[in-house]
Amino acid sequence: MRRSTGLLLVSVLGISATACGSGEPATPSAGGAKAVTITVACQPARSAPKERQAWDDDVAAFMKAHPGVTVKSTDQQPCFDPKTFGPKLAGGQMETVFVVPVTNYADVIAQGQALDITQYTGAVKNWNDLRADVRELVTKDGKVYGVPNVHYSVGLVYNRALFTKAGLDPNTPPKTWAEVREAAKKIAALGPGYVGYGEYSGGNTGGWHFTQAIYGRGGAILTPDNKKAAFNSPEGKAVLQNLHDMRWVDNSMGNKLLVGWESLMMAMGSGKVGMMLGAPDVVTDVVNKFKGNVADYGITGFPEAKASLSGGEAFMVNPKATPEEAKAALEWVDFRFNTVGKGRFDFARGKANGNPVGVPDNDVYGDSATGKAIQADRVKNASLPVQNYDPYVQAAATVPPKAEPVHAQELYAILDVVMSGVLSRKDAGIDQLLADAETKADAMLAAKG
Amino acid sequence: MGILRRNLTAYGFLCAALFCFTVFAWYPMVREFILSFQKTDLINPPTWVGLDNFKAAVQDPAFGEAWLNTVEFTLLALLCGYAVPFVVALVLNELRHARAYLRFVVYLPVMLPPIVAVLLFRWFYDPGPGLFNQVLDFLHLPPLAWLDSSSTALISLVLVSTWMNMGSATLIYLAALQNIAPELYEAAELDGAGIFKRIRHVTIPQTRLILLLMLMLQIVATMQVFIEPYMLTGGGPENATVSVAYLMYQFAFSQMNYGQAGALGMLLMLALLVFAAIQLRTTREDRA
Repeated sequence: MRRSTGLLLVSVLGISATACGSGEPATPSAGGAKAVTITVACQPARSAPKERQAWDDDVAAFMKAHPGVTVKSTDQQPCFDPKTFGPKLAGGQMETVFVVPVTNYADVIAQGQALDITQYTGAVKNWNDLRADVRELVTKDGKVYGVPNVHYSVGLVYNRALFTKAGLDPNTPPKTWAEVREAAKKIAALGPGYVGYGEYSGGNTGGWHFTQAIYGRGGAILTPDNKKAAFNSPEGKAVLQNLHDMRWVDNSMGNKLLVGWESLMMAMGSGKVGMMLGAPDVVTDVVNKFKGNVADYGITGFPEAKASLSGGEAFMVNPKATPEEAKAALEWVDFRFNTVGKGRFDFARGKANGNPVGVPDNDVYGDSATGKAIQADRVKNASLPVQNYDPYVQAAATVPPKAEPVHAQELYAILDVVMSGVLSRKDAGIDQLLADAETKADAMLAAKG
Repeated sequence: MGILRRNLTAYGFLCAALFCFTVFAWYPMVREFILSFQKTDLINPPTWVGLDNFKAAVQDPAFGEAWLNTVEFTLLALLCGYAVPFVVALVLNELRHARAYLRFVVYLPVMLPPIVAVLLFRWFYDPGPGLFNQVLDFLHLPPLAWLDSSSTALISLVLVSTWMNMGSATLIYLAALQNIAPELYEAAELDGAGIFKRIRHVTIPQTRLILLLMLMLQIVATMQVFIEPYMLTGGGPENATVSVAYLMYQFAFSQMNYGQAGALGMLLMLALLVFAAIQLRTTREDRA
């Protein structure tokens, strides 16, 4: 009878939700202004007590500076979970201000699941310093639906300690795929359990990384008009052939399929995986959530990069929020996430708390005045060897960002099959895998219109 | 009034049960039926789209594979999950010593939360330090890819499922076996029947009804397989373990296409209704 869980999950969570307001009824404050209560997502978990305390301190400081505004935090991790997003929103459980990853911007905006906040952007004092191309991602038909919070491009995350152990120079990381392959072989040769290069194969992460890899080689997932698949191309074949050869010819990728985000992050945190495609936030997550040793990790540019899949997240506001709630929400976002030297940019506090400070994990302000001030502050308070990330910083500035394809999740599910094909079968026919995926993608795109 | 008062407690329990069924079973089913004909984002008012969701579900690239995998999983699960508990029940029924202990051992996996059981098997199946490959290595046999090959992934899930659910089925079979009158076995023995003839001519006919019921219940249950692919394989490799229920989950929570998920749910429900109808008919004929 337990199998009915699957159906019930879909039925009950997805279906039986009822709509309610997102906040509590506003009542006049002591000063006469309308009191407002907002709920805010992304409070650090109890397992990170220092980070949580810093958050709570910020909440207290914000409420003191904004009389009449009450902030209630939620600590669901991850902050954005596609499994619960729709039902939470429909059931009135969604926070007033919540995080959406770039992968979901288009869907959330198109489905009316985020409030038009154009009139409130003034609450974010450094709004005009946010990168224009990043702001564009949360803008549709001239209306703004989010405050970009994080932006990064993909690089190559590598374990410097393993490089040293394998006789490689960690200060000259691979720049080409041939060099990646050679380095992976040497790391895998360290012994059983060592993996030279880690890669996803399922849970839509396989398709996501295929997209990163094909973009990096100058290829595309879809034709410019988004009507047909374009990944059955020399670039797509090169991605798969390289993976196939590393897995089956060099035996440098381990013998275990990695399904879902946690699997590779956990492996990376174990200190036995040499390299993976990833953004700087991989270092933060591997260290904070998967117990990796921060000094071990370095980042370099994407090998032979011609373009880079954009990554990041934005804060969006609950479409059911009242104008007062929306304004207070944007003020919170400004206070905690967009003020130099405060909130998340209080690098001195982060350093004192033992956080890894110095990872260039956010380029949302680019080289604007705010961006330069943040970067200077970050370097000044760095607790990490920032030179470990210089190759990435230099390379990222020269690689043009490229947005996710439309119907990304559907395409990633289709592309998971080709990734798991080459990583699970020595005799996998790359041409056939790509042709089959192309047929499926074209049919899906035609059905979606 | 007197009768009503006398049965008040019974009506109270009945109402509670009806309330639970209404809220957690019938209402979601009705909503799912409605949803399967709507396009909705759960925020804005839904729009009626006729059979579009059904068309989209059928046209999905993984639709055919999901049904084939589900049917294959069901058949394999029946082969293991239906026959093995019956044989175990027969053995337990014949034992004279350590009966209670062995029953406890057989039932133990049912008491584990499914997630825990599945995670345990994830370690068993690990191609490196996993228990199963260690055992194969000890026996000088080559390692298997288990979950990491499209040729072994599905059967690996069947093994997990069988292990998790065997205890309940075994206990039900055991209860049925213990209801068989001992005189029937004594008479068969006097007629010179060996153990296999006794099973064929006494045990199976006497437990026919429960065997049929369990067959249908297991078909209905195994066709909704979800936890195993969700936790162990993500439907891979190469869609080899994507099931109908898992695909529904993908539609709803990965693609946020709730109407399409509802439509696929309705298709699965229709298929299960066919089995339920067969079961009802079979048991009715049997009683007649």
